[in-house]
Amino acid sequence: MTKRILTLALTLVMTAALFIGGGQSAWAAENGSTGDAELIVGIAADLDSSLDPHVSSSSAGTREVLFNIYEGLLKPDTEGNLVPAVAEDYTVSEAADQYTFTLREGVRFHDGSEVTAGDVVYSLTRAAGLDTGEPLMATLANVAGVEAADDKTVVVTLSTPDVEFPAYMTAAIIPEGSDPADGIVGTGPFRYVSRSPQENIVMERFEDYWGEKARCAKVTFRVIEDGQTMVMSLRSGAIDLAAHLEASQVAELADLTVLEGSMNLVQAVYLNNAQPPFDEPLVRQALCYGVDKQMVIDLAGDGHGFAVGSSMYPAFGKYFDAELTDFYQPDAQKALELLAQAGYDAAHPLAFTITVPSNYTPHVDAAQVVVNLLDQLGGAVKAEIQQVEWATWYSDVYQGRQFEATVCGMDASTLTASAMLSRFVSDSPKNFIGFVNADYDAAYAAALATEDDAEQVARFRDCQSILAQQAANVYIQDLADFVVMQPNVTGYRFYPLYVMDLGCVEKTA
Amino acid sequence: MRYVLKKTGVLLVTLLLISLLAFLAFQIIPGDPTAKLLGNDYTPERAAALRHEMGLDRNVFVRYWDWLTGFVTGDMGASYSYGMRVAEVMEGKGVVTAALSLMAWLLVIAISVPLGIALARWQGRRIDRVFVAMNQVFMAIPPFFLGIVFTYVFGLVLKLFVPGGFVRPQESFWGFLGYLAFPALAIAIPKAAMVTKLLRSSILDQMDEDYVRTAYSRGNSRWGVLRGHVLRNAILPVVTFLAMTLADIVAGSIIVEQVFALPGLGRLLLASIGNRDYPVVQCIVVIIAALVVFMNYLADVVTQTIDPRIRLG
Repeated sequence: MTKRILTLALTLVMTAALFIGGGQSAWAAENGSTGDAELIVGIAADLDSSLDPHVSSSSAGTREVLFNIYEGLLKPDTEGNLVPAVAEDYTVSEAADQYTFTLREGVRFHDGSEVTAGDVVYSLTRAAGLDTGEPLMATLANVAGVEAADDKTVVVTLSTPDVEFPAYMTAAIIPEGSDPADGIVGTGPFRYVSRSPQENIVMERFEDYWGEKARCAKVTFRVIEDGQTMVMSLRSGAIDLAAHLEASQVAELADLTVLEGSMNLVQAVYLNNAQPPFDEPLVRQALCYGVDKQMVIDLAGDGHGFAVGSSMYPAFGKYFDAELTDFYQPDAQKALELLAQAGYDAAHPLAFTITVPSNYTPHVDAAQVVVNLLDQLGGAVKAEIQQVEWATWYSDVYQGRQFEATVCGMDASTLTASAMLSRFVSDSPKNFIGFVNADYDAAYAAALATEDDAEQVARFRDCQSILAQQAANVYIQDLADFVVMQPNVTGYRFYPLYVMDLGCVEKTA
Repeated sequence: MRYVLKKTGVLLVTLLLISLLAFLAFQIIPGDPTAKLLGNDYTPERAAALRHEMGLDRNVFVRYWDWLTGFVTGDMGASYSYGMRVAEVMEGKGVVTAALSLMAWLLVIAISVPLGIALARWQGRRIDRVFVAMNQVFMAIPPFFLGIVFTYVFGLVLKLFVPGGFVRPQESFWGFLGYLAFPALAIAIPKAAMVTKLLRSSILDQMDEDYVRTAYSRGNSRWGVLRGHVLRNAILPVVTFLAMTLADIVAGSIIVEQVFALPGLGRLLLASIGNRDYPVVQCIVVIIAALVVFMNYLADVVTQTIDPRIRLG
């Protein structure tokens, strides 16, 4: 009996130790010296594993957070212009193949050291892969050399002239010899403090920032993957701000501040042009006639969203060709005729599967509306939806190109038309729809080759027209983007890129 | 003592088997960890090189052995999708899930034991019939739904807690427990309903036994018989059941953590499965399995203490 009680007691002590051992109490004393606000921002997905700003495979969600921490020589403003950041000014050579940047005085890294030409040369050399031969950032593949003319001047030489080049100089500047894997040091208005996977990312105001200092002393990004929980957390006041919400979520948040902008991406039914049935242009065109994009916007997005007709969204200004939006007027009769030409009718229906990443509600909803619209074509089309998790979608659909159709959104990492259009060049590694068109390749190459702005705009618009004429994809919309804030939070600004600028956001008590 | 040794052996073998099965499961499900890591830079050659670098091209059993020896010596390896050690990734999260599960489990006991006894005592009265009917309803409610109702009623309307809010135990221990209270209750209620029903019927079964009649004949009151004779026998199946519910409770807390936005292992587990971050998943699966197996072991020891007739071999 004694032994038994002993065993029982021991087991209980062990259990207790298991629970107590986890929580080592280290009182993080709040000093509150600045008396400034802490902003809590809800984000729908955790950041990537690597917070290396030069890794081009980073997701949009990571880039929009890092925007607050890292800066390039130049940075985009809310109008989509490039404004000087770490650089004060730049000049371009006559032939547009040499750019000379003058660094701003007194720009400091988060570790306190001042930015020198050496840091810039190191950062750009690293990002362009000049020492390894393999560029980390594909946009910098054109860089032939980076050198420091003096302590405050850096000269970048290109292999081929490129007037769009300044847009790529938003590449982050990091301290000479540093590796982001060992510590995150940038020059932005916030400095990185910590992260806890699937929980949060914390950053603090950088007091020595060269520009206008951030309004909030501390920003915590909380990872809240469930859409309903995000809404609940906004209603309860557990978080101060959340972006990228949908119309249905916003409907429950009427007493908070709601701002409407645009997601800056192109949502479409992307079709596998390389495989049957969508290797036949008639079939693709039939789908374009059969899907009324306004219906998709009305039913899946409550009428919020901006219809587009090619791989470009309105924030691109002069590059965006609004006339392509109605290139295919919804016309069921026309759709049926084209399908009949391709050999499909009610007796021999066109059957295919739309593969959708299940974590993106707007895409799943849009796919459902598309299937319903196609059902109304008298049984000539039988589409079904297959929802897959994100990792599977990424490896099978995007990289493996094993799909018939998919609904997703394609965004741009820089505000250059080529960021949207380079994907559809026949041999592009990003060309997951397998679009092959010699005219497109020629127009794209001509656009890159020219130094004349008007000519370049015209050629990029040609690219868009070809995508529309060939019905490469069933284009739908640039999704509406809702930002919801507590009433005491002000100052949020939309950008034409997928970024979240928190430096200007203010929170009052 | 022999009983305990034998049980400990079974416990270790079970854990070993679970970890092996979890390890093998990831060889079967589709998705490649290198795809997510390489992103746009993915090419079959780079993926192959990375797989080699990560040691993924070696034999499954060699890798399992490496993992096992590492795990036993306290090195749980490096996470694929976060540039951190697994231990760093999980820091602070195990406490949340363990505290939530334990709290829910204690709540199940705190609610069901008194209620079960009371209902058995009041058998046939109106209050008993009302509770028995209600029990059926509560048993059928999934915890995540109760979670949503609780956030709405107690969080948004009555403002007893801030839905989506959370504090670490280091910052405020009572605040931490406060944030766990409603999630724990949401997990506990359906289970408590089951245990109440089990305990009530177990007591009523025992009441028909011969020894009960003998006890009455010796002049004991109904309460005296219940407390002194019946309970000790009636509680045995309940203890076993309580130990088994713990697996359900841990599984339930993984879902409920999502509803209440608690930063526990559940969210990490789901995300890591999505990311194909096998080292993290493997570690969490083994920890959860260890927790469940260990509680069952504990229940066996407790049962044996209550009823010395239960022996092995």
